[in-house]
Amino acid sequence: MSKKAESRNDSDSYVTADGRTIGPAVMEMRNITLRFGGVVAISDISFDIREGEIRAIIGPNGAGKSSMLNVINGFYHPQEGEVLYKGEVRKPMKPYQIAHQGIARTFQNIALFKGMTTLDNIMTGRLTHMKQGMISQMIWKGKAEREEIENRAIVEKVIDFLEIQSIRKTPVGRLPYGLQKRVELGRALAAEPSLLLLDEPMAGMNVEEKEDMSRFILDVNDEFGTTIALIEHDMGVVMDLADRVVVMDYGRKIGDGTPDEVRNNQDVIDAYLGVSHD
Amino acid sequence: MFYREVGEFKTSYRSDQQTFPIALDRTGFLVTLAFAFVIIPLTMSEYWAQAVFLPFLIFGIAAIGLNILTGYCGQVSLGSGGFMAVGAYSCYKLMTGFPDMNIVVCILLSGGVTAFVGLLFGLPSLRIKGFYLAVATLAAQFFLVWMFNKVGWFYNYSASGQITAPEREIFGFIVTGAKAETLPVYYVCLVMLFSLAILARNLTRGAFGRKWMAIRDMDIAAEIIGVNPLMAKLTAFAVSSFYVGISGALLFALYLGAVEVGEAFSIQKSFLILFMIIIGGLGSIFGSLVGAAFMIGMPVLLKNLLVTNLGWPGDIAAHLEFMIVGLLIVVFLMLEPHGLAMLWRIIKEKLRIWPFAH
Amino acid sequence: MSAEFFFGVEVFLNGLMAGVMYSLVALGFVLIFKASGIFNYAQGIMALFAAMTLVGFQEGQIPFAHLFNAMFGMEMHHFGWHMNAFFAIILALGVMVLFAILVEKLILKHLVNQEPIILFMATIGLAYFMEGFGDLMWGSNVKKLDVGIPQGGNFWIEENTAFLGGDAFYGFYLDTLDIYATVIATILVVSLVLFSQYTKTGRALRAVADDHQAALSVGISLRAIWVIVWAIAGFVALVAGIMWGAKSGVQFSLSLIALKALPVLMLGGFTSIPGAIIGGLIIGVGEKMFEFLIGAPLLGGATENWFAYMVALVFLVFRPQGLFGEKIIERV
Repeated sequence: MSKKAESRNDSDSYVTADGRTIGPAVMEMRNITLRFGGVVAISDISFDIREGEIRAIIGPNGAGKSSMLNVINGFYHPQEGEVLYKGEVRKPMKPYQIAHQGIARTFQNIALFKGMTTLDNIMTGRLTHMKQGMISQMIWKGKAEREEIENRAIVEKVIDFLEIQSIRKTPVGRLPYGLQKRVELGRALAAEPSLLLLDEPMAGMNVEEKEDMSRFILDVNDEFGTTIALIEHDMGVVMDLADRVVVMDYGRKIGDGTPDEVRNNQDVIDAYLGVSHD
Repeated sequence: MFYREVGEFKTSYRSDQQTFPIALDRTGFLVTLAFAFVIIPLTMSEYWAQAVFLPFLIFGIAAIGLNILTGYCGQVSLGSGGFMAVGAYSCYKLMTGFPDMNIVVCILLSGGVTAFVGLLFGLPSLRIKGFYLAVATLAAQFFLVWMFNKVGWFYNYSASGQITAPEREIFGFIVTGAKAETLPVYYVCLVMLFSLAILARNLTRGAFGRKWMAIRDMDIAAEIIGVNPLMAKLTAFAVSSFYVGISGALLFALYLGAVEVGEAFSIQKSFLILFMIIIGGLGSIFGSLVGAAFMIGMPVLLKNLLVTNLGWPGDIAAHLEFMIVGLLIVVFLMLEPHGLAMLWRIIKEKLRIWPFAH
Repeated sequence: MSAEFFFGVEVFLNGLMAGVMYSLVALGFVLIFKASGIFNYAQGIMALFAAMTLVGFQEGQIPFAHLFNAMFGMEMHHFGWHMNAFFAIILALGVMVLFAILVEKLILKHLVNQEPIILFMATIGLAYFMEGFGDLMWGSNVKKLDVGIPQGGNFWIEENTAFLGGDAFYGFYLDTLDIYATVIATILVVSLVLFSQYTKTGRALRAVADDHQAALSVGISLRAIWVIVWAIAGFVALVAGIMWGAKSGVQFSLSLIALKALPVLMLGGFTSIPGAIIGGLIIGVGEKMFEFLIGAPLLGGATENWFAYMVALVFLVFRPQGLFGEKIIERV
């Protein structure tokens, strides 16, 4: 299951070999530079993410990948450069405002709400869609209860999709690592995002878990058309899943194209010494 | 075996979400209501009403309020005493300023004033978190007590500095002042607690509860998934202060009748309410009530046991009370931070399969 | 220069001395916070308990006499001896060391991985427990504490400064006890700083404060350090208890000094020893000067109750780490 479509640099939609439609760029990074005090984390990077594609961001440790994801996510503000989302230049915004724009993410070190159950955690993913005010919530009967039930139905679909029905009411703190990662994915999916950011979704998983997660990621992209950007170290996964890849090293972009194009790029090979993590 | 969940299949999300999903729990709840509304008022002695039931009802409201702020939203407040004072003094000013205003309206408005004040003190909560916020609330506590002591406008420039509640009635029953009758006061407090508890329960099981808990558990992640942290914290402060303010107003007008701010709303009260929610269970409405019952009932029981029955001097009972409370706080924090409510849930889980081991 | 000016200077000097006392109490907090990340709300009660224990030993009180009398119908209160102040202090110190060992064994060990706020609440529980325990053990009546430090206005200073400020000024009125307290507290602070900088244990303490894991990996026993730190804090509490107790009697209000230490820490930073000192001085002087200049004439007095907290609040909002503390960083 690999995508061998050619890299397109125009902004027209095209159809991949397996029938998915990839649209124009939904997110563009233009000359992004990010500094923390004296340290330059990202240096003059530009690339785009097209609608409906799976874009991987790879690179050795410390390359600045997580920082890049945080910039996409709006958590960090680059000192130089522009971020364009759906064609518009992004103004400085608070992270919660960006969530309302339809960007959801998972985290490298699992940021679930340990005091709540699986169901409640995934329900928090729906918070951007729940509008009922305080008085209505206090009374409960009527609009608030209806809204709760509607959103519960959507969350249950996500739960079905991820096959985690049996752990619905378990406090997430008690779940094994692999399931926690799945619940976190569920929380991101529940938001029905246009852009899904995954920070090392396979970290710490065994082969079976990786296969499951890969399947979920592909299904999300296929069934819902969600654009996905992911950071990943497992080269096998990247080659299988990604439509296009961005390679970073020491805060700079050293490769950008399809998995095949990038695999044969000498700079990339040098940066990694050609190591494949299978 | 006694406590069965077997056969309790839920066929709709509505029934899965209800407060008492298990039939036995529902029956238990109705039995408790029967006790609270009928049996206790008819059989309680004056002593028990004044020493146990009325304080329980009144502080139960405060405990729910603090639990919303601290247990659900994770913002520790040591200023509950001061906020109860805000409620009490608002009530006093309303009662003396608007003699025709219905006492229930006074009390609700006092809650509103306290909610507003709570909002103001909650503004720094975005920048200062956790332990530092607790210290800031301590500052609020001392400042508020000083203010109500010193600024004459609050106590209508009376010579003693005390505030006294004028007489008011509801449906013809006198509920404040020297001629207040215990039974109507009991029912007013009970109805207030019952309705406020239901509203709190609704608020905490829906979107607001989840927003608050998300902020509590990991506020940065909460913000990234779309929770506005300032609004979440401010609403927690406002709702919590509303409850605590009502509790203070009830304590002043219906229970104590006259109040000296340094005694009635000192930091000891702040700790009392905090201990209620730690022992009862953080993040649980039921736990708030259990904790309130414990912290109100235990000293009375201890006194009855040691002083009345064993003839020991009163101060020993007081010292033992401090030791027991301190010990329980440490033990609960070590072993079961979710308090008696969690212990109760665990007992129920075991009862579900008893006499089998697993 | 008018008499008013010299009254102001007198207030300033008294403020400095009060500040030294605050610093002393704040130091106890900083030590524990640095080494274990815990804000020990029970520090104030420890001072009270230490003072009560000292008096108890001096007067030959029977511990828990009141309780035994009630349980068994007896009427005994004292052993009948009077202990020398020096020995009583040594014994009281021993009790505080024992206290430190028990606290580590029974409480700290079990709460190692919890967040600071939980640990803080545990110390509140500990404070309540110790309050009841201390009262039960030694009785809650007000006691006079006398370890031989002279008290009362210092006539020597008063006479020799009367020449300043004209006829309306009679010389600086400074209490001798306060002067002794300032000297002792200064000695204690200096020794603590020297101890932490130049001894092996002091270095270990600083290592633990910096990084628990790293300290463990070079073989420092976390638990032993905690016992030592709490014992030192207990010693500081004892000194503070003696000073305050000699001044105002051994009673419950002694434990409220702890609450005064909080603003000092917020000014100076929770993790800084020099910060505790300077913060204490600033609060001590600030409090008294504010009351003198603004509080008493304009606001009806008693502003000392909250002035420190208002200053602390301002710092909390604009500079939470205080003047000298470490910046608090949060990571996703």
